[in-house]
Amino acid sequence: MDYLTLIQLLDSTVRLATPLLLACLAGLFSERAGIFDIGLEGKMLAAAFFSAAVASITGDVWIGLLAGIAASLVLSALHGIASITFRGNQLISGVAINFLAAGMTVLIAQSWFKQGGRTPSLVGGARFEGITLPGAEAIADVPIVGPLYAELISGHSILVYMALAAVPLTWWLLYRTRFGLRLRAVGENPASVDTAGISVVGLRYAAVAICGVLCGIAGAYLSTALQAGFVKDMSAGRGFIALAALIFAKWRPWYALWATLLFGLFGALETRPDVIEAVIGMKVQGQLMGALPYIMTVVILAGFVGKAIPPRAGGEPYVKER
Amino acid sequence: MDVMPKWAEVVLVPLISLLLAAIISALVILAIGEDPVAAVKLMVAGALGSTYGWGYTLYYATNFMFTGLAVAIAFHARLFNIGGEGQAMLGGLGVAFACLYIPWPHWTLALLGAALMAGLFGAIWAAIPAWLQVKRGSHIVITTIMFNFIAAALLNYMLVNIMRPKGQMDPASAKFPDATHLPTLHELLAPLGIEFSKAAPANVSFLVAIAACFGLWLLIWRTRLGYEIRAYGHSESAAKYAGISPFKITMITMIISGALAGLMATNNVMGEAERLVLNSTEGAGFIGIAVALMGRSHPVGVFIAAILFGFLYQGGAELALWTSIPRELIVVIQALVILFTGALDNMVRMPLERVFLAIRRSRRAGATD
Amino acid sequence: MTDDKTLERQATAAPTSAHAIELKGISKAFGPVQANKDISIRVMPGTIHGIIGENGAGKSTLMSILYGFYKADKGEIWINGSKKDIPDSQAAIAAGIGMVFQHFKLVENFTVLENIILGAEDGMMLRPSLAKARRTLVELAADYGLNVDPDALIQDIGVGMQQRVEILKALYRQADILILDEPTGVLTPAEADQLFRILGRLKSEGKTIILITHKLREIMEATDTVSVMRRGEMTATVKTSDTSPAELAELMVGRKVLLQVNKTPSTPGDVVLDVKNLKVIDDKGVERLRGIDLQVRAGEIVGIAGVAGNGQSELLEVLGGYEDGTGEVMLNGQPLDLTGRYSDGQSRRARGVAHVPEDRQREGLIMEYQAWENTAFGYHHDPAYRSGILMNNNAIREDTAEKMERFDVRPPNPKLAAKNFSGGNQQKIVLAREIERNPDLLLIGQPTRGVDIGAIEFIHQQIVALRDQGKAILLVSVELEEILALSDRIAVMFDGRIMGERLPDQTDEKELGLLMAGITDTDAPHDVAEVEANLAHVSGDPHKEV
Repeated sequence: MDYLTLIQLLDSTVRLATPLLLACLAGLFSERAGIFDIGLEGKMLAAAFFSAAVASITGDVWIGLLAGIAASLVLSALHGIASITFRGNQLISGVAINFLAAGMTVLIAQSWFKQGGRTPSLVGGARFEGITLPGAEAIADVPIVGPLYAELISGHSILVYMALAAVPLTWWLLYRTRFGLRLRAVGENPASVDTAGISVVGLRYAAVAICGVLCGIAGAYLSTALQAGFVKDMSAGRGFIALAALIFAKWRPWYALWATLLFGLFGALETRPDVIEAVIGMKVQGQLMGALPYIMTVVILAGFVGKAIPPRAGGEPYVKER
Repeated sequence: MDVMPKWAEVVLVPLISLLLAAIISALVILAIGEDPVAAVKLMVAGALGSTYGWGYTLYYATNFMFTGLAVAIAFHARLFNIGGEGQAMLGGLGVAFACLYIPWPHWTLALLGAALMAGLFGAIWAAIPAWLQVKRGSHIVITTIMFNFIAAALLNYMLVNIMRPKGQMDPASAKFPDATHLPTLHELLAPLGIEFSKAAPANVSFLVAIAACFGLWLLIWRTRLGYEIRAYGHSESAAKYAGISPFKITMITMIISGALAGLMATNNVMGEAERLVLNSTEGAGFIGIAVALMGRSHPVGVFIAAILFGFLYQGGAELALWTSIPRELIVVIQALVILFTGALDNMVRMPLERVFLAIRRSRRAGATD
Repeated sequence: MTDDKTLERQATAAPTSAHAIELKGISKAFGPVQANKDISIRVMPGTIHGIIGENGAGKSTLMSILYGFYKADKGEIWINGSKKDIPDSQAAIAAGIGMVFQHFKLVENFTVLENIILGAEDGMMLRPSLAKARRTLVELAADYGLNVDPDALIQDIGVGMQQRVEILKALYRQADILILDEPTGVLTPAEADQLFRILGRLKSEGKTIILITHKLREIMEATDTVSVMRRGEMTATVKTSDTSPAELAELMVGRKVLLQVNKTPSTPGDVVLDVKNLKVIDDKGVERLRGIDLQVRAGEIVGIAGVAGNGQSELLEVLGGYEDGTGEVMLNGQPLDLTGRYSDGQSRRARGVAHVPEDRQREGLIMEYQAWENTAFGYHHDPAYRSGILMNNNAIREDTAEKMERFDVRPPNPKLAAKNFSGGNQQKIVLAREIERNPDLLLIGQPTRGVDIGAIEFIHQQIVALRDQGKAILLVSVELEEILALSDRIAVMFDGRIMGERLPDQTDEKELGLLMAGITDTDAPHDVAEVEANLAHVSGDPHKEV
């Protein structure tokens, strides 16, 4: 495998890791506050549709992004109402949200565009284009560093850089601010927050809302940056892979970055069977490559790669004890 | 004391949840510019207006009974099996092996053999996540979701690379031999002088599903195993105290659950398609979640809910055929049912409890006056 | 009528000075349960006021209302002479009220400092808040003798220390009124003494303290005034110096109480249970039992005394078959498996070991199961309960009805779910199930926790009766009085070891208290610092048993 192939592989790793990273951080906020969220998938899907749809109608991808975030927030609110206000089962709520998104996106797509559940292809301003960083063209020809900068670091859409910036931001918010302290506390022992006179419900809704915003960006990235338009079920299990990455990352922001990059690499390799063959010297079945992230997830979950301790109050609705 | 009388718990709560789901579905239909009343009429006519419609309704209901029971038994042990879809796919694989590679003399034996294989394959696909949860601490919900994806990949591989007859283009197995053909309701009812549609796929496995409902009822409420499963579901710490092994209960429950989901393949693969195709499960594994929730995990409830979803499925297909409402409407309704009967259960329950509490108070006040 | 007599003597405050706390007509219902009925109370500033009552009398509910944790249905709260609306804990904190709950409200994987500032941060950023709290903590430590390591994680420090953090949390928020709910439940007598010294110091600084407890001794020793609660109602408020333990006990339960258990001296027979070098290591790798040696003979009650969390629970669990251990345990001369297939509740029951667990709601009963289903619990493989491959539900129901009658369970309805019985009646259901099996060995943990006084007597009688039938009984209780009253022999546990055995008529609470703190040299003089140093390294789990 030559250097350029490696750069290309890493480049597509970054592209594929971006929605995973955003969804993973989304899940991090929610689960750190004690709300399990298996509805990441549905929120991404809804956001993917609405951002593509609105971008295609208005021709402005930024308005599309906002629409995607709004759609994701609506589903977040639903999850909040079910699991915080009405103390319902968070897993069941997540399942419902996934189906709701899967059904509604097609229903609305069909009603609006009549193209068999997809949006028209996005062109021009209705899409996030790659950004060429300053000096990328100038040093592109310099050996080693040139391709690295021009191909790998430069040339991504703004959402990729936003996702990467979200990692230190999340870390800072979680470990250096009052909000972060309270957020972590509410996921570990909500009674400690309640008796300190802070609203458990308010904090959890805030966390769920942040989760919605990040899922919204992740979904918008899928349909307006990674691809040019929405197709049915385009989230394709990414929400679940993000969830697995979150567990792999032990609910920590920097680990989340590495975990999603690893899963992004799997995704990149899936499209390059020639590279795998070159590296390990044998052919790998396409279906196996496709299933690899899921198999990896099972292996990780089973704790064969280090044990992860979830937030202690996770998944349990908060009820004042008597 | 319990605040609500039992009838309210069993009938009123699910009914109100269902009503809420129905109202919102109607609003959705309105929003996409169609007429909900006309839609319901079309659905009723299409699904219940003829023996053809009934044949499809019952065919779908059979699928949902199996997957609904699968989710329900797991719920009793407080396990959430989202893997019914994958387990049913594996069940299909088991049926295909049984039908293709064993020469059966008669359909009764074929059904027995195929059911065994389907149950076995489904059970294995559920037993692995169960084992991983008990022994390795991985959450069964996430693992079973992953196993759905893995099952799809496995099925794809088997059909494309191994089971596809030479020269055939579409990824599907060869057609099963005639001896494995299951009698349809048409064939079963004809000797009784009842005219039933020839074209509808409902078949003898509908009766198997009903038997499974009864068997599960017996298991849950009348056997020691069922007693232990429910005890474990209510309180793991108490179960351990009583000497009920969490490992044993988790494994057995998930094996039964997976086997039930796998058994669905006797209906859709053996009874209807008579060969194994890609995506033969059509999401029935997930509908099982809605069916179990709506049926309150009780076999009788599951039976009723499965018939209702069978109706929705067939009615939805008719809608997609005659109007511009896509089949995904069913997915939305399914989501709403899961939402209202599962996640938003308290939203329905809490005001009701307040009503019953007020009634009791006023009665008591009346009695003391 | 006792009520009339005490009402006359109700502590009346000087009308000129404002009360620190005045509650007027507080009522609170949880669903159909009336937890507080029209309660009024007044507390003078700079005093320690006790609230005493049985479990479930409504003490904690009342104080949680004062702290804004619950909202009262009716009634008014006055603080320092002005009416306050306390809809949440924030308002209570602003009104100068702090509360130390029975179950600590700490974040286990946060540091002491982080726990203290949580909710009382000074701004958006954490660092300045933490720095300020660190300085304040030094001052508070100097003022009240409340030393803690600010950077220790809560999960790494002992229960006594955790309680200190809770008190510091309140003081950091400048509380003038401090409510403590059953603060000594997880402490040794020596630690409790230390706590009361701290409370005395707080009082001398002008703080008002409310002490909730069900222990008469603490009320007599520590408080200035005391209110008695019974079944959600306030039955009296008196000056502590004007009353006696006997009178308070009577007010608590509404009739005279027999604190003594009537029993004849025991006549121990053969060794039934013989435990040698029993060890248990928990999931986290902590050694919970560090080599227990213990014998229980037929016809005797051996009581295990100790502060909650020193291995008593693990001892019952491993003997009951649902915790793995190592070592040698013989039952009637035959070894018991401590791991593997035959180390579970079923195998133990088959060997004649009955077990009334410490926590009946989490272990002894399935709360959603009806009484008859619970009566079969653990014995559901009994052939008498079987018909073919099915369970014989009718046989179980009949058996249950008989047991309920013999044990005076009220209401005697086998079809009522366990959660709908009172604590005492729930315990009777468990006892009936276990005792009526005619076991060789009865393991019994916290037999009367959360049980009303009437049922306590009955339960104690049943235990003694079983002993008199020649059965071996191993009793675990954190109530020293209960241990002293019931046991024929007492073993004291501390940090997973047995510190010594005593005979109940040759020892007293003081000596047992020292053993409970891990000090075996009970004759030498000891000071509090030594006890504390001894306890500091033990990281107990306060939530495990309470």
